[in-house]
Amino acid sequence: MPDLLLDVQGLETTFKTPDGVVHAVNGVSFTLKEGETLGVVGESGCGKSVTMHSMLRLIPTPPGKIVAGKALFFGQDLLKMTTEEIRHVRGGQIGMIFQDPMTSLNPVLTIGKQLEEPLMLHVGMSKKQAQERAAELLAMVGIPNAKDRLKDYPHQYSGGMRQRVMIAMALSCSPQILIADEPTTALDVTIQAQITDLVKRLRDEIGMSIIWITHDLGVVAGLAHRVVVMYGGFIIEESPVKELYANPTHPYTIGLLGSLPRVDEKERSRLFSIEGAPPVLYNKPTACPFAPRCKWAMERCWNENPMLEPVAPEHRVACWVDTKTGRPRS
Amino acid sequence: MAQTVPSGDNTLLRDAIPVRKIGRVERFLGPENYRIMQGLMKTPASITGFSLVLLFVLIAVFAPLIVPPVGKDPYSIPRDGFKSDPQPMGTEWKRNVPDKPFWFAITGQEKWTHIFGTSEGQYDIFYGIIWGTRTAFYAGLIVTISTLLLGIVYGSIAAYYGGWVDMILMRIVDVLSILPGVLAALILAAILTPLIGKSTVPVMVALIAFGWMGYSRFIRADILSVRERDYILAARVVGVQDSRILFQHILPNAIFPTLILASMAIGDVVLSFAGLSFLGVGVEIGYADWGQLLSFARNWITSLNTYWYIIAWPGFFLVLFVMGWNLIGDALRDVLDPRMRGKT
Repeated sequence: MPDLLLDVQGLETTFKTPDGVVHAVNGVSFTLKEGETLGVVGESGCGKSVTMHSMLRLIPTPPGKIVAGKALFFGQDLLKMTTEEIRHVRGGQIGMIFQDPMTSLNPVLTIGKQLEEPLMLHVGMSKKQAQERAAELLAMVGIPNAKDRLKDYPHQYSGGMRQRVMIAMALSCSPQILIADEPTTALDVTIQAQITDLVKRLRDEIGMSIIWITHDLGVVAGLAHRVVVMYGGFIIEESPVKELYANPTHPYTIGLLGSLPRVDEKERSRLFSIEGAPPVLYNKPTACPFAPRCKWAMERCWNENPMLEPVAPEHRVACWVDTKTGRPRS
Repeated sequence: MAQTVPSGDNTLLRDAIPVRKIGRVERFLGPENYRIMQGLMKTPASITGFSLVLLFVLIAVFAPLIVPPVGKDPYSIPRDGFKSDPQPMGTEWKRNVPDKPFWFAITGQEKWTHIFGTSEGQYDIFYGIIWGTRTAFYAGLIVTISTLLLGIVYGSIAAYYGGWVDMILMRIVDVLSILPGVLAALILAAILTPLIGKSTVPVMVALIAFGWMGYSRFIRADILSVRERDYILAARVVGVQDSRILFQHILPNAIFPTLILASMAIGDVVLSFAGLSFLGVGVEIGYADWGQLLSFARNWITSLNTYWYIIAWPGFFLVLFVMGWNLIGDALRDVLDPRMRGKT
């Protein structure tokens, strides 16, 4: 059995706002094995990014606060590390790429300078070694004329190229984990495909684990081994990717899959959409957070918040209803 | 239906899209900075402003050639006697005459006259204006750069530490901002002058002490906004130290508006300096300084119809100098205004 690279247990994060305390992440637990790709899906505002940011201690404190939980990385708790230790984990062992490549590069520094920075910080390379490595990295992510283009500024790169640079930067110190926070959302479809292919290729070459946050279930299908579905700061379904698409169980997951257009559909029909928007959680929920938008909701859903329960091997769902039959789960 | 086979060359496309050649300067500066530079080179206001400032730079640099220095201290205006009544323009210069400058050869002049007349106590106005340009630059630049540095350091500390440190530091700024600037500076300069002695220093210190608050507010606000940008998060994600993030990543992106503000302020600083000098604090009597020259006219205010030149010439140069800087500032503001994008 492959070793657990990352083991997050009961992570809880809150934000203090003028309107009250928002419970953004409510006891999230998940694991990541070596070489595994984990897809994290959910609408905007479901706590996907906040979970990852909390794990790396990137949320601003105050107003944010990690209330409870552990994030074991090689058996060491990321949440208890000193600032110096966590700084070396970031970039050194866990890399991260972001949603909008247009704003994730510093406009006043050259691409080369930004690529060399982590190399000199974590690997201890000299300026010259770092320059050579930076050129290699750029070539690795498919940017032609890498050596010359190191001297360019971000505004001389296109969106797709910038995302490639971000990937090169995240992978520069050969991290064990790459966290990709909706890396294709801001790109157009052909570039999306290129970037996903690039990440796939690099994963096979380097063999790192990936956490891929997205709201595009189509991307996850081709990339991830396992999928975690988040809603309202909870994980509501967790399953191997094939099982999830063959057998979606939580009403929210069913809704998400139903909202995807299909190529094999004969008749043209309207796409399914879930009414409403995800809740803002000012109080720790005592009911199922999805109940207000759920067509299966019963009385119990309004009174008790379901826990993750196994329904098949490695497939766990937090729902009181058996969506196959529409009856309460026993 | 016959289909055209794509030939592979893009002549159609090439003809359809007008191509704009990108010059070396544009490639180096980047499109945004190039646009700003273009805007500055085309606006009449900025051309006028830059020409005026350039003219004064030349005057300051070549002052010894325009009017060769007289006596040990070139900054003390030579006196042609001790009579109190101002002498009209063109009167012959008899005592403490400067050497012959190069331009006498061009104008065919043989002897020095008081070109702009003399002021109360026979101080030569022309000499005072030319050498006073140096004082204006000296005071203006030192005060502006010092206030800028002070404001940037102060504002950065407030923004960087945040929380209650920020709260306390910025409330101090609020309190200092309530005081009327020039009046507060006048009082401080009046206190400092007996301690330090009469020179340009007390006034400059006073102007610095009450001039930095605006910069600290500006830089703090910009740092707070830049701090939230994605590339700062990206830098933290690759594990860059906090101090390095502040100096390498945040400050270079936040400092620009503050620098613009400073370039607009040089004119005002020189005006305040002249104002304080006119009121009699700061430099010793006879020091080449425009405010000083104006103060010589104080006793003759009732007879300015005769002695108009004692106030008109120094005032004229002061106005031109301040206007030059303000025009540059205005042009910068226009060019940097996002609503003006694409119009210049």
